[in-house]
Amino acid sequence: KQEVSYNAPELRLMWSNGEGARAVPLAGHVGFDSMPDQLVNKSVNHGFCFNILCVGETGLGKSTLMDTLFNTKFEGEPTQHNQPGVTLKSNTYELQESNVRLKLTVVNTVGFGDQINKEDSYKSIVEFIDAQFEAYLQEELKIKRTLHSYHDTRIHACLYFIAPTGHSLKSLDLVTMKKLDSKVNIIPIIAKSDAISKSELAKFKIKITSELVSNGVQIYQFPTDDESVAEINSTMNSHLPFAVVGSTEEVKIGNKMVKARQYPWGTVQVENENHCDFVKLREMLIRVNMEDLREQTHTRHYELYRRCKLEEMGFKDTDPDSKPFSLQETYEAKRNEFMGELQKKEEEMRQMFVQRVKEKEAELKEAEKELHEKFDRLKKLHQDEKKKLEEKKKSLDDELNTFKQKKTAAELLQNQAQQAGGSTTLKRDKERKK
Amino acid sequence: HTERPQQQKNLEGYVGFANLPNQVYRKSVKRGFEFTLMVVGESGLGKSTMINSLFLTDLYSTDYPGPSHRIKKTVQVEQSKVLVKEGGVHLLLTIVDTPGFGDAVDNSNCWQPVTDHIDSKFEDYLNAESRVNRRQMPDNRVHCCLYFIAPSGHGLKPLDIEFMKRLHEKVNIIPLIAKADTMTPEECQQFKKQIMKEIQEHKIKIYEFPEIDDEEEMKIIRKIKDRLPLAVVGSNTIIEVSGKRVRGRQYPWGVAEVENGEHCDFTILRNMLIRTHMQDLKDVTNNVHYENYRSKKLAAVTYNGVDNNKNKGQLTKSPLAQMEEERREHVAKMKKMEQEMEQVFEMKVKEKLQKLKDSEAELKRRHEQMKKNLEAQHKELEEKRHQHEEEKASWEAQQRILEQQKLDASRLKQNKKVNIFIDQQ
Repeated sequence: KQEVSYNAPELRLMWSNGEGARAVPLAGHVGFDSMPDQLVNKSVNHGFCFNILCVGETGLGKSTLMDTLFNTKFEGEPTQHNQPGVTLKSNTYELQESNVRLKLTVVNTVGFGDQINKEDSYKSIVEFIDAQFEAYLQEELKIKRTLHSYHDTRIHACLYFIAPTGHSLKSLDLVTMKKLDSKVNIIPIIAKSDAISKSELAKFKIKITSELVSNGVQIYQFPTDDESVAEINSTMNSHLPFAVVGSTEEVKIGNKMVKARQYPWGTVQVENENHCDFVKLREMLIRVNMEDLREQTHTRHYELYRRCKLEEMGFKDTDPDSKPFSLQETYEAKRNEFMGELQKKEEEMRQMFVQRVKEKEAELKEAEKELHEKFDRLKKLHQDEKKKLEEKKKSLDDELNTFKQKKTAAELLQNQAQQAGGSTTLKRDKERKK
Repeated sequence: HTERPQQQKNLEGYVGFANLPNQVYRKSVKRGFEFTLMVVGESGLGKSTMINSLFLTDLYSTDYPGPSHRIKKTVQVEQSKVLVKEGGVHLLLTIVDTPGFGDAVDNSNCWQPVTDHIDSKFEDYLNAESRVNRRQMPDNRVHCCLYFIAPSGHGLKPLDIEFMKRLHEKVNIIPLIAKADTMTPEECQQFKKQIMKEIQEHKIKIYEFPEIDDEEEMKIIRKIKDRLPLAVVGSNTIIEVSGKRVRGRQYPWGVAEVENGEHCDFTILRNMLIRTHMQDLKDVTNNVHYENYRSKKLAAVTYNGVDNNKNKGQLTKSPLAQMEEERREHVAKMKKMEQEMEQVFEMKVKEKLQKLKDSEAELKRRHEQMKKNLEAQHKELEEKRHQHEEEKASWEAQQRILEQQKLDASRLKQNKKVNIFIDQQ
């Protein structure tokens, strides 16, 4: 019979779910202790994915460090200093080590720190990180989704390259790290640290750490809650920021070929812990905490992004009476609100048109009225004219009549006279006939 | 940002990410595991005994009696949660049983409480997943359903078929032949063949082992597939057989050993359910059954009242993206509507203006005409007058001449008269 003991911190998840659960002893080997192996097998079959973002000024050896960390030559030309803004370039590689397949994406900031005005330098980095969260969120919200085969592009670790000035952090560094610390796991490293002497380095590290603390920058802490790695992680935490040197060149030391940088005064061995913290970085980043970095990204940084985004869109977990909303209710409410908005807009537009039509009609009616008035006036004028003309006509007619009468009378007289003369009988007849 | 296609890289020297599986292992042990197993079948088929045998524990005992011992009038769905630990691995095991299932005279819809339970767990998970503030989500969904078939030797009962058809798209069903020690191997073989035939006929989808690359493992899996459905025997008692203490059932003619592969398929069931495929059962529940539930639920919500045929192709969008697209469509529609209205408006205005213009032109024309008319009349009148004046003038002139002639004639006459007179004298 096996003894069962349960320590609350070990059973973080189960405790919340294990209400009313009773512990029972097992009378033999059941076999569920293979569950971690089953899970591991599934993960190995599925393959792993890891995304690193390197932030730092041009020329700090970001690409070289990546090559050194992963023992391979990644793509890329060294960048010039004349970039107009900060762009992010990402490359994805399929790596394999024994039976473990890793899809590694390395994202580099191109042109960081090269501009005269660096106020907006951090913006494209933040936008890039957010864009990866957004893509994941969109996938998660789809009705028909395929999360288990989704290629996760969210940034799991951000290596922040600090220039080896030996003095303090640049304000660009502080500003940028402050903007990034709630979005990504930041691991600050001192680049090209072979330019600094050991004593200067110690002071530099202290200065950097205190500046980070006093500015409230949250860098990634190697987790100390799991007893199997608590000790090494807590020791390493005290060595941050790691002072690294990168090199893909090999030099013969003794009878081995080692990665090193050769100077006239000596050789800096990359993997010599007395020379630099490269081994510590590799240990922490890859061999011990890679999975934790992925987990933190998903459960902390992504959840924060998601929460903010949903709240921005007006989603809430409970209504004003503190009753929890079901997903259905939330969507329906959103949808109704949305449809209402659309309808309102439509109505508004229609109303506006009706108004315009009314106004225009009134305008045209006015114009029509004016036109008719104008012509009414003209008509009146015309009628007056006509009347005058009629009068003139009448007077002329009168005159003509008078004249005619006069003429007739005169002719009558003449005829009479001629009749009296006698020789105009014919003429008179002619006249009469006329 | 710019992205290049993926490239294969060969590493020189050890990097260390081969340690990732260990990291995953370590974290999973820390988190602990959970599994929900549902057992369904008529009472008396040995379900509780099977659970106790599988998990080597007295999950069901006198203090916590199994479903058959709890007399129920209607089908209930009940949960028992136990915490077990083995080799440093913690497992929260939830057993869901259904006392009363199939025990009534009229068993119509006796599966309803079961489907309701499964759906309600899916609903809980969906709501938890959809919250704005999400905590770690406990997984209470039913990962596996052991369906106990009575060892009649003939075939599936109508209730068996109906139940499996109702549930095969909601949960991983593993059908088991219960109390297999009541059949001979030949009878059992026959029975299995019949059952599988009926399962295929009714297109019931029972849990299938996933294909894997390893040829050796696949051989084993294929052998198991040939033995489906598994015929099992369970026991709460330990018996000594040939010096070994084994779980078994003591008969006058011998002992039926639970873990003897030649006696029954219990070991296969245990190995498959617990030792090799427990994780896969959870994965299939999460990736297939839950997703089916979720997409149906969300499609119903968002397309309430909208023609579903129109939206069939858009299920790959999230409801929010859907609304976003609808918003864009609406903006386009409004723009078009605005344009159309504008056009109609312009046209009508143009028409009216034209009409007005025509009206004006017409009136103008008429006015001109009347004016011309009047002018013509005026002219005519003038001419007439002029003519008359001329006529009058000429007539007056003529009259004057006549008058003069008359005068002259009369004077002449007068003179003549005078002359005559003079002459006479």
